[in-house]
Amino acid sequence: MNEFFAMGGYGAFVWPSYLLGFLILIAHVAAPANRRRRVLNEIRRRLRREGRAADKSSAGSE
Amino acid sequence: MNRFVAWFHRWGSPKHFYDMSGRWAPWMAGLFFLTFIPGLYYSLIGSPPDYQQGESARIMYIHVPAAWMSMFIYAVMAIAGAVTLIWKMKLADIVAQVSAPIGASFTLLALVTGSLWGKPMWGTYWVWDARLTSELILLFLFLGYIALTTSIDDKRQAARAGAVLALVGVVNLPIIHYSVEWWSTLHQPSTVKVMGKSAIHMSMLIPLLLMSFAFKFYYAWVVLISARAEVLDRDKGTRWAEEAAGEKGR
Repeated sequence: MNEFFAMGGYGAFVWPSYLLGFLILIAHVAAPANRRRRVLNEIRRRLRREGRAADKSSAGSE
Repeated sequence: MNRFVAWFHRWGSPKHFYDMSGRWAPWMAGLFFLTFIPGLYYSLIGSPPDYQQGESARIMYIHVPAAWMSMFIYAVMAIAGAVTLIWKMKLADIVAQVSAPIGASFTLLALVTGSLWGKPMWGTYWVWDARLTSELILLFLFLGYIALTTSIDDKRQAARAGAVLALVGVVNLPIIHYSVEWWSTLHQPSTVKVMGKSAIHMSMLIPLLLMSFAFKFYYAWVVLISARAEVLDRDKGTRWAEEAAGEKGR
């Protein structure tokens, strides 16, 4: 196992490469997911403030 | 109205895009994991060390697909820019806008991993050779696009300015690609060729191709979810967005 992490002496170059790759992959998935949740919550808050519950606003309810 | 025009208009509808992207994104995510997990296995464990580079060659399974992605994403942005200018299609502009940070990230990843491989193999993190310099210029093009489009408040004007920049910057793509042939560079020429025989052994080609497919699917996935969030944000005052907010668990 230690041999695997040592990467034949190149561990200090191989692992940071993969780590940065992982961080980038995760960041671009997490950011839009958070953003969509934030916008949806914002809409729900506004609807509640206006006295219209979000779950009652389906088409043809008025 | 012919079917193509009808299809084109449907995709211009934010609500339709929101629904469709929600349906397609999980498939792209699935394809990504289906290629990424075996790709990672073959990159780190299932492939032999290089006879000259040893285990440091494993950096290539990130570096090369990342570099390909950087150019691919820029090409997508340029095409989206052309569509924005010609047909004034808002969705094309959204695709370009959400692609820019992803493209910048892959460019940075290609540069950093190249640097980390260069130190033990070339003896230096950086040289001002044609390939490295033109790839650095690509990073500046992505960052310039982001800076330009976010600094203009009017969305339509920002879209047009960004589209023009993306199209002008396209000249850099052939420069990157042919840099290793036109100039004498420290960077090696291509070993993987679409036409003709690749100068790479199957055991190393497998992780390389798996990773590059994984990155493509990843990009498709991220563009869908990012554009979905952007479309919702732009339309948050409309009826369909309110309905979307009313649907639970989505």
